[in-house]
Amino acid sequence: MIKAVIVMNDQGKPRLVKFYSFQAVEKQHELIRSIYGVLCSRANNVSNFIKVDSLFGPDARLVYKTFATLYFIFVFDSSENELAMLDLMQVFVETLDKCFHNVCELDIIFNFNKVHSILDEIILGGQVLETNSSEVAKAAEEISKMEKHANSVTLVPSISGWSNR
Amino acid sequence: MGSQGGFGQSKEFLDLIKSIGEARSKAEEDRIVLHEIETLKRRITEPDIPKRKMKEYIIRLVYVEMLGHDASFGYIHAVKMTHDDNIHLKRTGYLAVTLFLNEDHDLIILIVNTIQKDLKSDNYLVVCAALNVVCKLINEETIPAVLPQVVELLGHQKEAVRKKAVMALHRFYQRAPSSVNHLISNFRKKLCDNDPGVMGATLCPLYDLITIDVNAYKDLVASFASILKQVAERRLPKSYDYHQMPAPFIQIKLLKILALLGSGDKKASEQMYTIIGDIMRKCDSTSNIGNAVLYECICCISSIHPNPKLLESAADAIAKFLKSDSHNLKYLGIDALGRLIKLSPEIAEQHQLAVIDCLEDPDDTLKRKTFELLYKMTKSSNVEVIVDRMIDYMININDSHYKTEIASRCVELAEQFAPSNQWFIQTMNRVFEHAGDLVNPKVAHNLMRLIAEGFGEEDDTADSQLRSSAVESYLRIVVEPKLPSTFLQVICWVLGEYGTADGKYSASYITGKLCDVAEAYSTDDTVKAYAISALMKIYSFEIAAGRKVDVLPECQSFIEELLASHSTDLQQRAYELQAILGLDANVATNIMPMDASCEDIEIDRSLSFLNSYVQQSIEKGAQPYIPEGERSGMTDVSSFRSQELHEVSSHALRFEAYELPKPVMPSRVSPIEQSSSNELVPAPEPSYHAEMHQVASSVPSVSDTGSLELKLKLDGVQRKWGRPTYSSAAPSTSNADIPKIQNGAPQLDAVSSSSSKAVSYDSRRQQVEISAEKQKLAASLFGGTSKSHKRQSSGSQKVPKTNIPAAEKSHVAKNATSDTAVLERTPQPPPDLLDLDESTVSSSAQSLDPFKQLEGLLDLNQDTSTLTTSDASASGAPDVMSLYGETTLNVQSGGVPNLLPAGRDEANLLSGLAGTPNRDGHGENTVTNPTQQLNKGPNAKESLEKDALVRQLGVTPTGQNPNLFRDLLG
Repeated sequence: MIKAVIVMNDQGKPRLVKFYSFQAVEKQHELIRSIYGVLCSRANNVSNFIKVDSLFGPDARLVYKTFATLYFIFVFDSSENELAMLDLMQVFVETLDKCFHNVCELDIIFNFNKVHSILDEIILGGQVLETNSSEVAKAAEEISKMEKHANSVTLVPSISGWSNR
Repeated sequence: MGSQGGFGQSKEFLDLIKSIGEARSKAEEDRIVLHEIETLKRRITEPDIPKRKMKEYIIRLVYVEMLGHDASFGYIHAVKMTHDDNIHLKRTGYLAVTLFLNEDHDLIILIVNTIQKDLKSDNYLVVCAALNVVCKLINEETIPAVLPQVVELLGHQKEAVRKKAVMALHRFYQRAPSSVNHLISNFRKKLCDNDPGVMGATLCPLYDLITIDVNAYKDLVASFASILKQVAERRLPKSYDYHQMPAPFIQIKLLKILALLGSGDKKASEQMYTIIGDIMRKCDSTSNIGNAVLYECICCISSIHPNPKLLESAADAIAKFLKSDSHNLKYLGIDALGRLIKLSPEIAEQHQLAVIDCLEDPDDTLKRKTFELLYKMTKSSNVEVIVDRMIDYMININDSHYKTEIASRCVELAEQFAPSNQWFIQTMNRVFEHAGDLVNPKVAHNLMRLIAEGFGEEDDTADSQLRSSAVESYLRIVVEPKLPSTFLQVICWVLGEYGTADGKYSASYITGKLCDVAEAYSTDDTVKAYAISALMKIYSFEIAAGRKVDVLPECQSFIEELLASHSTDLQQRAYELQAILGLDANVATNIMPMDASCEDIEIDRSLSFLNSYVQQSIEKGAQPYIPEGERSGMTDVSSFRSQELHEVSSHALRFEAYELPKPVMPSRVSPIEQSSSNELVPAPEPSYHAEMHQVASSVPSVSDTGSLELKLKLDGVQRKWGRPTYSSAAPSTSNADIPKIQNGAPQLDAVSSSSSKAVSYDSRRQQVEISAEKQKLAASLFGGTSKSHKRQSSGSQKVPKTNIPAAEKSHVAKNATSDTAVLERTPQPPPDLLDLDESTVSSSAQSLDPFKQLEGLLDLNQDTSTLTTSDASASGAPDVMSLYGETTLNVQSGGVPNLLPAGRDEANLLSGLAGTPNRDGHGENTVTNPTQQLNKGPNAKESLEKDALVRQLGVTPTGQNPNLFRDLLG
């Protein structure tokens, strides 16, 4: 089972945090900090795997990969395969790239509800659901299309953000 | 839209992120976030907030909570939003609640109704959203509320919905197995779903179920094997391909399941051999995912009933992994080696140098994995080298969790395989010295026991030599600063007990040392207590021997200090010591006999000596004692023996229904009936009232079992000591060694540690010498290697240490291994099974295939499915993807970090995809490859626009303003 998916930047700021078993906010934060501490101390050309049984209980492993300024991190147990997780991460990033056309850190910050819905298409309840990035992208597109449609129908006139300031 | 900044968010949100990005310190960030929370608190309670605005607030709340601040004041608004009819808002609400709430949160009850409604929606996306929430937030109590709908959705026309329904059901099973036990057959049914995706999803729950109960699913072995075969033969739609591999994730899951099913089951395993061999041959070992499948095959092979041909190909694959440059593959190789080594121990010898390379690798993960492997392959012939290495490594790590683990492993290995007591004590000393506070105190007691009891009763001189060498080593160690408390306790105890036993050291010397210890660690009361007891022993031994006791001034002041101590325990010990000092020899021998620690203390746990008193009281009309377990009126037979241990759990709430009342109520009945109820239910501990009515002769036997139990609990070194090991030579030789060892004792420790250190230093410094050093290490690690001279060298290296005839020993070891190898080879099945080229065999198997129907449907799917998207992606992706998988080392060295100006790549993730990750995130950055730029012609423009927008807004998420493609602008 996958225990957590975390995206953080190279300064340790979380960009996407998803725990598949509930953790209190403080605990989440503590875990993220300790993971960042571990990742920082890793040299460049080493493996992408880390044993994290001290943080996540027995048998927990962590796979991480850096994409530009971001660390992508999957935490899981022995029922998953390390290399396959690395590839799942690849699927995730490919999908993000498809959905955001040249995805960058800012996309993830500002659209993290969309990023979450993409992730939900790939992993559900800690289990791998879909591994084809085109399929995932299609599903995500469908959702956003429908959301747009819904918005245009029930468009609520809102006070402008600029004049509000 | 005026209210919208870039990325579809409001200016306010952009400003928030900008200011957080620019925050110089954590404190500043916290201040900004707290201010944001204040703003949101105020705004969110305003009346008539437009829904769009509300949605943004919710998103800001999620953001705030992601940064680690409490946003619980807004939870209710997120819940409210899930009720909205607008799917956009509803989804946002659902997202927020899944992130905010746990399944036991009070607010969940407010969502259940909405979820129920949404699960029935016509819009499948709404259903999917609801299923997502179901997976996260439904707990045991609320499962029944949504279960019927979820089960219904298993038959939904959309495969995406079916898939998620399967997952939801799986989640229910994980959370409360009892609530869905009657629905487990659904998982089997869904295995035959038309859609391979649903089938793949079903493998997850099945894997869990099979892990729990293998036997119930043995009938599915053939089905799983045939599904795997179909997947491997590319019978699934093209869209399931990933990097030219057919549905690798499904393959991996299936292999994991087969590994469980075939474990220890020859018949089941035979059904898998063909397909596993097939997959191993087909695997593309150049891609990441291909190796993942390959690795999974090895895991499967090592788990199922062994097949020589498969073992051979697994060994080949491992060799490939270990030879690879990629650390990931090396890691998997080491891991796989650890799995396979149980089946064919000789395989490790082929890779000894690779293993040693990994042991010296700077990568910590790899190193730890290698230590795990060494731990698995430890035997008495190589235990010294391995434990030595482990301790060396242990000294240098800070992670206390791992330090504890490795220390306990050292102890375990030392206890199991120690070639001599001498070595054992020395090793324990090192472990205690460096990780003393992390090891189990039990280990310390074991060590003391070992020193006290020695190796056996028959050889007293060996024992006393052992003790005096221990004393000597402790006198040397004790001067070192900052020793862990547990270790000091051992030292004090040993010095007190045996410090003066061999007459080598005078009492005043030992007492002086003890006082030094007590003074240096004056804050540690336990150490002080051990120290004063040790003083007491030494003085009384002196008195008993008729020598005059002169208390050193520092001892005197130490005793005086303790006489006035706040701790009553220390005070009492000090007074006792004072009293003993005034006694004569005869009394002293009686109070403090020599070697008292070896005397067995009989503990009468049933307190049988009180029986007559109890009898008297009962005769006078007192109530008989009723054990606690029976008092409550329920007799839990299953947990009877372990009642004491599980006392905590027995106090927990009961969830099961109460049993029907028994005809005989155990409590409040006459003693005679009581005893009859005792016959029905054996009592965990002999209870007094039961004893009373039994014959008197049974009492001693009861107390005997009591003491027996106690002895079992104290289970220590002695029992583990003689445990059979690979090399049967060890126990006998080590016994004979002891007299000789004593002479070399002081040097031994230093020699062994310094030599091992020298090995590691040298190997780091000198590339040329490595091979020789490594070979030596390899020889000592892997014992019976192929080349005899290696063994010789290791033997000669060891001779001064332990005097064990190494050559002979490794010879024995080798014999043993070859024997086991022969044994393992005997039950091999006929080789035809693995003759994979015979296509006729496989096709005939197919015709018998129970999954023919599924297969046909899959083919149909393949025809009808729209392949356009996957084609497009295939044409667009490969250029980029082909670069992926190369090691970062290659790309970085081949990249152009210095030629291009320090243009910060605007966090372009695809450059990471292409294998040029900006590792350090500062300094220069490699700009994307030319090929990629060609590829992404239109995208580059988009990125520019995006970047321009970003800069216009001045938003810098990371503090540094990254300029995208500056070179392009130039």
